[in-house]
Amino acid sequence: MPSITYVHTDGSREVLDVPLGTSVMRGAILNGVDGIVAECGGEMMCATCHVYVEEPYLDRTPAQSDDEKAMLEFTASERKPNSRLSCQLVVTQEMDGLVVYLPESQV
Amino acid sequence: MPGPVVAVVGAGQAGFQAASSLRQEGFAGRVVLIGDEPGLPYQRPPLSKSYLAGESGLDELLLRPGAFYEKQEIELVSGDAVTAIDRPARRLRLASGGTLACDHLVLATGARCRTLPVPGADLDGVFALRTLADADILRERLAVAGEVVVVGAGFIGLEFAAVAIGAGCAVHVVEVTTHPMGRVVSAETSRFFTRAHRDWGATISLGAGITRILDDGRRVTAVETTDGRVLPADLVLVCIGVLPNTELAGEAGLTVDNGIAVDEYLATADPAVSAIGDCANFPTPYALSRVRLESVQNGVDQARAVAARIAGKRVGPYDKVPWFWSDQRDLKLQIAGITVGHDAAVLRGDPESRSFSVFCFRGDLLIGVESVNRPADHIVARRLLAGDPRLNPEQAGDESYDLKAHMARKP
Repeated sequence: MPSITYVHTDGSREVLDVPLGTSVMRGAILNGVDGIVAECGGEMMCATCHVYVEEPYLDRTPAQSDDEKAMLEFTASERKPNSRLSCQLVVTQEMDGLVVYLPESQV
Repeated sequence: MPGPVVAVVGAGQAGFQAASSLRQEGFAGRVVLIGDEPGLPYQRPPLSKSYLAGESGLDELLLRPGAFYEKQEIELVSGDAVTAIDRPARRLRLASGGTLACDHLVLATGARCRTLPVPGADLDGVFALRTLADADILRERLAVAGEVVVVGAGFIGLEFAAVAIGAGCAVHVVEVTTHPMGRVVSAETSRFFTRAHRDWGATISLGAGITRILDDGRRVTAVETTDGRVLPADLVLVCIGVLPNTELAGEAGLTVDNGIAVDEYLATADPAVSAIGDCANFPTPYALSRVRLESVQNGVDQARAVAARIAGKRVGPYDKVPWFWSDQRDLKLQIAGITVGHDAAVLRGDPESRSFSVFCFRGDLLIGVESVNRPADHIVARRLLAGDPRLNPEQAGDESYDLKAHMARKP
């Protein structure tokens, strides 16, 4: 199972094994990682599962859809070039070791 | 745990959010979340979409795993109902026989499906869709159904119809008005979705009601319409709207008028009782009259507002922009604001391209935007409505007019 690291704003890290085909958002929710809200449940309606992907892993993540690009306009914390909605990061083997940073706030 | 006790009645999306937001806001007393359904709190939207279609499972429905409630010290009481509120004594009575003393009560009792007042409405094969249990039965029955009649062409009816068509069923949607989803969308959007469903293969009968549901002595066989037709069916879904669950509040002497009446802080006339989500009737700057809204956004944002107030934070009147969504096959409908009561609808983009928005105005005022496969317009609309909604109909209808630049303009 690919390993995903969630880094909180205080620098603390949670390392989880997330099953293939599960999103980085769902992995966080199922394991009680604070800092991901996911109000709409992964429908790309709310932008409350915003994360920053550590640069080296960016090109191993799936391409951004137009819907995701539009919703990233609505994040509570600053949108950066490495901003993603974690509901759209469905875990593949290539994403093993992925590190995502949680934003200051989601709402 | 010492300190004040907050009881949240109803463990749907709003109730869940109220309980978890209380903790996020630093509330240190007891939080008791009481739901009458079994199991852990879950999301309802997928029940008529991906869960119904078998594309997602129970894990994906759960709002949080069981461990969350322990960690957050939220006392989750599942499968039990509150049967009475004793306001003078600040005490709740439970169906299981116990009582619970509480200092503040949050009513998030939700709504229940309206039933069809015709003979045969309780036959085997006639269903509603609101709960996980409903969806589980429908998933099974849909797999073996041949002819499906959907009574009511609202969001749920059309989402269900889309899934049923996908499952290979013959689908007939019967709608009593002339506009599918007409309670919440413009005539333009309604016509577009009606055509889309017909193109997918559904039959849609408008302006027709149901007189009775027929059976062969064992189960449903057909539906008889007010215009005298008999439509064969081995599965009937009745989705003709919901009724807010207001009985508890009414019996406790609180004002009920299409929902539990609350003020702009979402409090009832009793400051120790608040109401949120589908069951609450509240004043809003986004409509000319008070409203009761049925949506995830409404439940979640109201829950956050009430939790912050109970936790002692300084809060202003509730003023979040309402938004809604619906997924029907390749069409994603997103609505910002409340478009009911508009007197002008301006199209942006070409419906033939399956990507367009309808900007709805009342006089000069933009009151809401319906977007189909056009998320960027939806986001702009949410921003505009939350801040300065000035945008004229010519700008709205001109695709070469840059809406993002419009938002960035100086006042």
